[in-house]
Amino acid sequence: MAKQNASKQKKMDVRVDFTPMVDMMMLLITFFMLCTSLAKPQSMELVMPSNDKNMQDEDKSVTKASYTITIYVSSDEKKVYYVEGLPKYDDPSCIKETTWGKEGIRSVLIGHVTEDGTQPVLDVMKAKAKLDEKKLNHPKDWPDSLYNAELSKIKGGDVTGTGEKIQTMTVIIKPTDSAPYSKVVEALDEMQICSIGKYVIDDINPDDEKLLEQRGIK
Amino acid sequence: MTPMSDVMVLLLTFFMMTSTFVKNEPAKVLTPSSVSEIKVPEKDALTILVDSVGKVFMGMDNQGEIREVLSEITGLFGVSLSAEQQANFLQDAMWGVPIENLDEYLKLDVNEMNKYIQSDKNEGIPLDSIENGDGSKGMSQFQHWVKAARGVNDDLKLIIKGDQHTPYKTVKRIMNELRDINENRYYLATSLKASED
Repeated sequence: MAKQNASKQKKMDVRVDFTPMVDMMMLLITFFMLCTSLAKPQSMELVMPSNDKNMQDEDKSVTKASYTITIYVSSDEKKVYYVEGLPKYDDPSCIKETTWGKEGIRSVLIGHVTEDGTQPVLDVMKAKAKLDEKKLNHPKDWPDSLYNAELSKIKGGDVTGTGEKIQTMTVIIKPTDSAPYSKVVEALDEMQICSIGKYVIDDINPDDEKLLEQRGIK
Repeated sequence: MTPMSDVMVLLLTFFMMTSTFVKNEPAKVLTPSSVSEIKVPEKDALTILVDSVGKVFMGMDNQGEIREVLSEITGLFGVSLSAEQQANFLQDAMWGVPIENLDEYLKLDVNEMNKYIQSDKNEGIPLDSIENGDGSKGMSQFQHWVKAARGVNDDLKLIIKGDQHTPYKTVKRIMNELRDINENRYYLATSLKASED
């Protein structure tokens, strides 16, 4: 009898009301959801040549014209203009027209054949693909630091890994004043996709302006 | 009920752990997309915000450093600010008013400040160079700000955050001004390209 009594006492209702806690939690979650930015912004590193006149002259390295491509970024968001080699200021027809993206400017860069019959961009990209494959198959052997060192070697022209260097392409990007910033970034992006190590953003000079004007490009 | 609150606790902890708060920027900027996967530096960063019409704003991540930069600039231009005005300055995520208007701007209420900095009346940090006493070209207010920030923190990284539609002319001008004071290394803020075309 006594036992039964004791068990009766324990049958008290011990459930705690969680509703306020859940309410508060909901509020907190909504607060955090609204106030956070999950996607971290990316960035692109860019090194510009110094404005110092004395240094500029020393740094000028000589490249063969056929190892150079000049890209004009204009206000036209669909089209991009380029010159294979250095622009000939007396001949407006040296400017060729193409589109952005894989079919356009990228295939121009990759397919560019130099006077020596080589395709430096293609060679560099092939070497990079090999490196990527190696990294994929043995991720442990290729920490980021080693990979990046190897990649910069390839971008510098050492495609065979023997220290023998091929001459790489130089790309000069010349955006006009009215070119939208996004297109300039897109041009820089192509440099990254095509693993071009040597590129520079240059100001448009009066000769370029004249040349573009003759073609009706803004 | 219990499973639901379990899930909610999990969600809550997740958000608390991963959250970085959205900064209130004076201009809405849509960054161009790129394939680059380098993260924007979080420490020692000086963000230079350029909106679509070319107004320039600036922000730093460290409050203490902002205070030092501010005192340096106000000293340089002979502007004296009260303690309250300084506190107001620090409260804003980014700054971007010509120094002539700084005093007036910081006297405003915080909400009014936000309205002012976003309005068309405000022209951002001026890029025009100030003439020296002898008529030669001096540094612009923008250059003074960057130089002061560099003086406070030597490891400073410059982030240029431009809008997709910012004409390149403005970006070029900013880069030229930075190159004039020997700042040649930048991070261009971009967003990740959703799909590879």
